[in-house]
Amino acid sequence: MASKLSIHDWFKSKKDQKELKNTHEKLDIPGNLWVKCPKCGQTIYSKDLEENLKVCPKCSYHFRLTSAERIKQLVDDGTFIEINPNLYSKDFLNFDDTKPYADRIKDAMLKTNLKDAIATGICKIEQLEVALGIMDFSFMGGSMGSVVGEKFTRLAEAAIENKIPLVVFSASGGARMQESIISLMQMAKTSAVLGRLRENSIPYISVLTDPTTGGVSASFAMLGEINMAEQGALVAFAGPRVIEQTIRQKLPPGFQRAEYVLDHGMVDIVFHRKELKNNLVKILRFFKEEKKA
Amino acid sequence: MKNKEEKRQNLLPFEKIKLQPLFDKIDKLKSIQASGKMDMSEEIKMIERSIESARKEIFSNLAPMEVVQTARFINRPTTLEYIDSIFEDFVELHGDRNYADDPAMIAGIATLDGRSVVVLGHQKGHTTKENIARNFGMANPEGYRKALRIMRLAERYNKPIISFVDTSGAYPGIGAEERGQAEAIAKNLREMAELTVPFISVITGEGGSGGALGIAMGNRVLMLEFAIYSVISPEGCASILFRNAARASDAAKALKITAKNLLELGIIDDIIKESLGGAHNSLEFTSKNVKSAILKYLEPLLSLSQRELIADRYAKYRKMGIYCE
Repeated sequence: MASKLSIHDWFKSKKDQKELKNTHEKLDIPGNLWVKCPKCGQTIYSKDLEENLKVCPKCSYHFRLTSAERIKQLVDDGTFIEINPNLYSKDFLNFDDTKPYADRIKDAMLKTNLKDAIATGICKIEQLEVALGIMDFSFMGGSMGSVVGEKFTRLAEAAIENKIPLVVFSASGGARMQESIISLMQMAKTSAVLGRLRENSIPYISVLTDPTTGGVSASFAMLGEINMAEQGALVAFAGPRVIEQTIRQKLPPGFQRAEYVLDHGMVDIVFHRKELKNNLVKILRFFKEEKKA
Repeated sequence: MKNKEEKRQNLLPFEKIKLQPLFDKIDKLKSIQASGKMDMSEEIKMIERSIESARKEIFSNLAPMEVVQTARFINRPTTLEYIDSIFEDFVELHGDRNYADDPAMIAGIATLDGRSVVVLGHQKGHTTKENIARNFGMANPEGYRKALRIMRLAERYNKPIISFVDTSGAYPGIGAEERGQAEAIAKNLREMAELTVPFISVITGEGGSGGALGIAMGNRVLMLEFAIYSVISPEGCASILFRNAARASDAAKALKITAKNLLELGIIDDIIKESLGGAHNSLEFTSKNVKSAILKYLEPLLSLSQRELIADRYAKYRKMGIYCE
């Protein structure tokens, strides 16, 4: 189709593209009514996007979700009871890079209306009770400091205490550097509590969403009894840029995307967001049956 | 001549300005002495004393980035040297029984004052050639899996585990990602928490993030005086947070990565004194201290039951975290 364009057609198509681009920009402005897909450039009416679970109807790009959005999509209405909602981060090292950590925390709180990068609670999904944790990439890149580590650990302990499955959605750039070694130790703490879960035969389902890297992938995100990854999510230990800089080679196509990670045996399931609930419920039912027997 | 060269190479960048002239002087005096023309022994001794006092002064007050340089120094004793000088009857064991043997990770059996133990640790080299062979001490997933295999072996036969930590980090490569670097480290963290035997970790050089922690969840964590332990390298932190790779020194300071900082933060249990001017100046002196520290902290753990050992380790990591509520 595109093989034989006259010069006239070429100019015309360029002009159309330009106009289209301009319209996109215009449409972007009023009250976020329209959203542009970062992958295919499609303009989507934001209500349609929401109804489509924030997946681009044209190219299936999965937009990142906030914890509130994920809860709304997944959890039975009104059943989510947040636990440990009042934990917040402390700038105990007086860490100051280009901006004091204390200010970064404050700004992130204001920007996101969250206290830190994970929400935890007890809830029901299709009437099945679970201990649910959802990370928020919008809060300082979903980085894991003491608060994420502590809330994860307490959630896991609540799962053991209530004998209910643990489900955690991860989305994280890794450890929170401003908490230095203490953030590294959150990897030890969260992984250790998962050992206790296993001893108690409490299932843990890890759901890896875009992106799950660094200290979070190298601790609780990879330790699910079942590991599920959302379509297209970046799942990595070291980020692609670090690897490129180290080996000075171009990375293979699709490298570290959920599908690639599935091909290499690191996750059980890669799912389209529309199939998440269905898959999750089947898995939760499986474990529930198992416990009765 | 060769001796002279070795000495030069044995100087850290920050010592050079003060110490190089003194070492040059000693060399001159020694050659005069050797020629038999004059007795220079008194002068030589005098300069040696001034080298010693200059070193004492320099090392009593190192900037964090200077500690980083010491920890990374190419002459710094490696895991195999510590194993060789602390343990007897060492037999190295290879392979993860799955994919490969990782030369960046050493594991094996040995005796410590007559007691059977399992030892493991990252292995760096002293030359570029050795470092290439050891992948600069950056382990692949196979290294972590080998380490876990040997830790589980220790557990089955009730042998204490001693790990030596010296890596800039787990290797960030295509193959490492494909074979599950994240999973390998994560699994080690979970399993180390459950080990039923006494477990002591010694940070000897660079404690580089998850790659270090992947073998470092001991009941007790000891650290050499000029070693570092950090969630990210000062350079990495500088380029990400300070948005300027040249600010590594500031990052090193801010990250609180020295043994003294980490003892204050409750991350490590004790600091092991190094020989004057850093461990590379006397492996004998330093490894003697490492050995006595291991024995000191191992002894009380030996009388704990399996349950107590797990509880002890679990409690140590469970309480880590500083936050407001």
